[in-house]
Amino acid sequence: MTQDLSYLKETASQTAGPYVHIGLTPNASGITGVYPADLGATMLNDRTKGTRIIIRGRVIDGGNAPLRDGLVEIWQADAAGLYNSPSEPRGGADPEFTGWGRCACDGDNGEFIFHTIKPGRVPFKDGRLMAPHITFWIVARGINLGLHTRMYFPEEMQANAEDPLLLRLEHRDRMKTMVAQGEGKDSYRFDIHLQGERETVFLDI
Amino acid sequence: MTDLKPDTGAFFTRDRTWHPPAYTPDYKTTVLRSPQRALLALDNTLSEITGPVFGHAILGELDNDLIHNFARPGEAAIGERIIVHGRVLDESGRAVPDALIEVWQANAGGRYRHKKEGYLAALDPNFGGCGRCITDENGNYRFRTVKPGPYPWPNGPNDWRPAHIHFSVFGHGFGQRLITQMYFEGDPLIWRCPIVRTIPDRRAVELLIAPLDMANTIPMDARTYKFDIVLRGRRSTLFENRLDGN
Ligand SMILES: [Fe+3]
Repeated sequence: MTQDLSYLKETASQTAGPYVHIGLTPNASGITGVYPADLGATMLNDRTKGTRIIIRGRVIDGGNAPLRDGLVEIWQADAAGLYNSPSEPRGGADPEFTGWGRCACDGDNGEFIFHTIKPGRVPFKDGRLMAPHITFWIVARGINLGLHTRMYFPEEMQANAEDPLLLRLEHRDRMKTMVAQGEGKDSYRFDIHLQGERETVFLDI
Repeated sequence: MTDLKPDTGAFFTRDRTWHPPAYTPDYKTTVLRSPQRALLALDNTLSEITGPVFGHAILGELDNDLIHNFARPGEAAIGERIIVHGRVLDESGRAVPDALIEVWQANAGGRYRHKKEGYLAALDPNFGGCGRCITDENGNYRFRTVKPGPYPWPNGPNDWRPAHIHFSVFGHGFGQRLITQMYFEGDPLIWRCPIVRTIPDRRAVELLIAPLDMANTIPMDARTYKFDIVLRGRRSTLFENRLDGN
């Protein structure tokens, strides 16, 4: 016999269900007067450093229908590649940028939209720089455990080609599922496919 | 005692045999919404180790009181008055202070305030169904609400959700992000529920069932349920390579 390792088990996940918008974006779902604004609705202000960008997209199921009851959160570094978080060991992130956004998928067309800035490059564990990227987290009815993925930028071909995470992909053609499409200046489209030929690469991270 | 140093270590690997798998056909909506390819596994980077942390300043006075936060002045939501409290810990058993907990639920009759909700149970004009709180320095949280009712849902021909409260939790890193549901001790619908049954391990389900906590019940006012939440733990950073080294 040995001592017991005595670690606790993580609380098991359950689906966010069809009414996640009530809890996480109540104002957007019509429940007004409880909170002044929905958390994550605004990521920046006039003083935020960096290039303003817009990201639009949908979460699409195996029947090619966009989820209208889904919810997407994003987490990203500031323009200098620093995270606005107490766990950022390098400190010093732009205090005018939260780095975190939350958007309910639209009840009619399923579209989400984020007004943010283009993130700087963040070092990987070994010091190599990762390509600029934004972490996406997707929850919805029928998703038992929130899905993590990343959005990379189409104009960063060189950085993407040497990104330590993208280099881990065994099937190189799946890399494009993590790269947004340009839609005019500083505007991007990032559709997330839950299943099928274009299934997005999701991360166990 | 709490550890006041910011946490900067990578998270323990998530035990995906403990969580529900993505594809659970008895919960029919998962069939078209479950990824089918293997996930890409990678040790945490700064993008997962860091995460937003919310200050107590975001909270309004009634944010943790679902009985009153949507009610007209002087009125209150109808239903069994309850308090839900507990601790947020990590897998190492350490308290997680400043964790944001957001909750949502049906009213006492099992009806959500949502335009797509189809259940014929009545809306309560004084109940919105959302609330939030942030853990204190010891990881404790509490909120007040009414006990939600069970409700039927279109899945099998006669599926009912046990009474439950939805929880969204932020720890200190985005890799800890978690959504779950709390159930109530003694509810006969728990073990019949296809969503509960997406979880393969009975012990994992038992940890989602909040016991009645008579010691913390307020006599003549509200019964109390205790629900502890465990987020992913962190590895020590002591012997890890420095980011700017090597
Ligand atoms: Fe529910």
